[in-house]
Amino acid sequence: MRKPLSIFALSAVAAFTSHAALAAIDKPECIVGAKPGGGFDLTCKLAQTSLMDLKLLKEPMRATYMPGGIGAVAMNTVVAQRAADPNVIVAFSGGSLLNIAQGKFGKWTENDVKWLAAVGTDYGSISVGKASPWKNLAEVGAAMKADPAKVPLGGGGTVGSQDWTKAALFARKLGIDPKAMRWVSFEGNGEATTALMGGHIQVMFGDVSADEAQAEAGNIKMIAVLADKRLEGKLAHVSTAKEQGYDLQWPIIRGFYTGPKVPDADYKAWQDMMRKMMATKEFATLRAQRGLQPFDLTGPELDAFVKKQVGEYRKQAEEFGLVKK
Amino acid sequence: MDSLGHLANGFVVAAKPINLLVALLGSFIGTVVGLLPGLGPINGVAILLPIAFAMKLPPETALILLTAVYIGCEYGGRISSILLNIPGDAGALMTALDGYPMAKKGLAGVALSISAWSSFVGSVLATLGLALFAPILAKWALAFGPAEYFVLMVFAICCLAGMVGERPVKTLLSALIGLLLATVGIDSGSGVYRFTFDDVHLSDGIQFIVVVIGLFSVSEMLVMLEQSHAGQVVIKNTGRAMFNLKEMADTWWGTVRSSIIGFVIGVLPGAGATIASAITYMVEKNLTDREGTFGTGDVRGVAAPEAANNAAAHGAFIPMLTLGVPGSGTTAVLVGALTLYNITPGPLLFEQQPDLVWGLIASMFIGNVMLLVMNIPMVGIFARMLHVPSWFLVPAIAAVSFVGVYAVHATTFDLVLMVALGIFGWGLRKLGFPMAPLILGFVLGDMMEQNLRRALSITDGHLGILVQSPVTWVLWTLAAGALAMPLVLRRLKPAGK
Repeated sequence: MRKPLSIFALSAVAAFTSHAALAAIDKPECIVGAKPGGGFDLTCKLAQTSLMDLKLLKEPMRATYMPGGIGAVAMNTVVAQRAADPNVIVAFSGGSLLNIAQGKFGKWTENDVKWLAAVGTDYGSISVGKASPWKNLAEVGAAMKADPAKVPLGGGGTVGSQDWTKAALFARKLGIDPKAMRWVSFEGNGEATTALMGGHIQVMFGDVSADEAQAEAGNIKMIAVLADKRLEGKLAHVSTAKEQGYDLQWPIIRGFYTGPKVPDADYKAWQDMMRKMMATKEFATLRAQRGLQPFDLTGPELDAFVKKQVGEYRKQAEEFGLVKK
Repeated sequence: MDSLGHLANGFVVAAKPINLLVALLGSFIGTVVGLLPGLGPINGVAILLPIAFAMKLPPETALILLTAVYIGCEYGGRISSILLNIPGDAGALMTALDGYPMAKKGLAGVALSISAWSSFVGSVLATLGLALFAPILAKWALAFGPAEYFVLMVFAICCLAGMVGERPVKTLLSALIGLLLATVGIDSGSGVYRFTFDDVHLSDGIQFIVVVIGLFSVSEMLVMLEQSHAGQVVIKNTGRAMFNLKEMADTWWGTVRSSIIGFVIGVLPGAGATIASAITYMVEKNLTDREGTFGTGDVRGVAAPEAANNAAAHGAFIPMLTLGVPGSGTTAVLVGALTLYNITPGPLLFEQQPDLVWGLIASMFIGNVMLLVMNIPMVGIFARMLHVPSWFLVPAIAAVSFVGVYAVHATTFDLVLMVALGIFGWGLRKLGFPMAPLILGFVLGDMMEQNLRRALSITDGHLGILVQSPVTWVLWTLAAGALAMPLVLRRLKPAGK
């Protein structure tokens, strides 16, 4: 448990003594900004397993759990306390970007860390109960238009969260004020899925990777994926929202960032490692097993993507009146 | 029956030497992790998972190992509750209420052995329930929507009435302080930040573990320091190690009742071992405590919550195995473990991976026998903890508590908060406020508020949803019963004398 301290010491020593690029990454650590078992954990595990299997890292990478504010505590730690630690990478998701845009990460913004790599993406999905009379977005939309208060919608997050934003964007496409929709927020996708299966809510806004298994088993009906084109594999029969006439896309990229003061050589070493990892077939298999679609971006390209995305979210959040003043 | 055939196959899987070995290893690690305040099953499992994976254990073996750790924690948590008045894990909170007074009376050995026994009974009954009724219960769990959860919490709060005892105002205030602490953090309904003072560390609210360790562990240490400074003699007498037949008979029906209630609550995703043990403790107090001995070292008050928290931990496997929805934080990590092995935990698990599922269930039976056999002879060793002088014990507990909290969240903020809560808790204890209602207010308040708001979101604010299903009627009736029971008993008492 004294490890963090020893890492401090080691990295300090490394910073003083060594100029070799890779020498500093001797105790790799992936920070999961949540409790074990969620999306950040999955992202760290994907890199952990792949880097170990492909022997790209000499030492096994360990995972540290640092829950709080959907990644806010982790970001705060890395920016404020371990800014130059070359061993640390932190998992992030599209949700982290949304939170940054809404000012939920305190004073830290997208400019305060070094964006390392995006390793895959998930997409939003819209599902209804298995006994639901609705089969597509048009029918759900018609019911919502008739009386938004009669259609309880739900997802794994509060007002302003990713799931809520998906619903709010859909409502706006229907010409309904997002404030008028009946939103039931659950703690995580699992609770929301159970509530949909039990008939307590009627429409669920979730993610493809999380809802795939239940849809496959016939416990829920996935009626739309929020991707630009249909997914490959078992969900190929589910049409996109775009096909159904609602141009609604919600990719959820998953990847890593490092501290702002990590030496350029180490930052570059990490990027090379990630690039090598993502080029392999083994990685593609592992990624698919975790329900993620390909989405490879590293370094500067990712940086540009993140900044554009956060900008868009920021605009959206302002329109929905969500920005914390 | 079909499931019995499957279970027989499961025993074949579970009885492989490697699986027996990891079950034994896991049980032992679990007991130790459970014993240490701060470290709970979720940490034990999360720490061991990558090790199991790196050792290239086959999936059923890895799952058996992790499950044994989980179950072992539920056994281990009671030890520090009883001996030190510090719950080793959250589920063992209620065990301290009677366990510690028993230890003070020189009955530490009895408390430890009877609670090992009732843990065993709870576990075995719950595993049987899991083997026989998993699919039916999974459907039942689905019927529990926000409204039903809300009424369940109302029932739990009404049960608190039975605990009021001689200090009604202080008990009530304690519970209210708990409710207050529960309101800190992002509001789940609207996304508004409440009482976070713009600090990101508070945005998820105050972590449960920080509250428990602060209020129990830290404040208990302060009390110990104070006592040793004042020169008071700490308890040395550990008494006999085994419970006798009378104690077993006294606790038997309470243990069975608590096992069933604990199991049923454990099946509900999100409710968990803490709420299960709290409800059963209060139910038992209401039902059987004619003499008012609960809270003063009553053996029934030790057996009931221990049976319940073990049963709940086993029940939490039902939503995980049948629905793919984890029933507790720890089962969420187990779900993650399965994905590491590329097994999709979900509704089809029973059909696609019968060896894995039934091997796991069979290993629960085996693991529990191991735990019972391991725990009973160790009672004497554990009880010796009472002989440890406080100049050594207090710093040792402090170290373990700090490490535990830091290991979970890896931030120093939580450590500071923990110490602050500890001092606050010490002050409250000096003033005679009971701690258990505070923790229960904290746990129940959060779930109660969230579910009420969800229920009202569903109906657009109409209260009708709270009484619309048969499940809610039953729960309202139970809640009314829980409120009325202490009054009725009080009436009966003078008449009986």
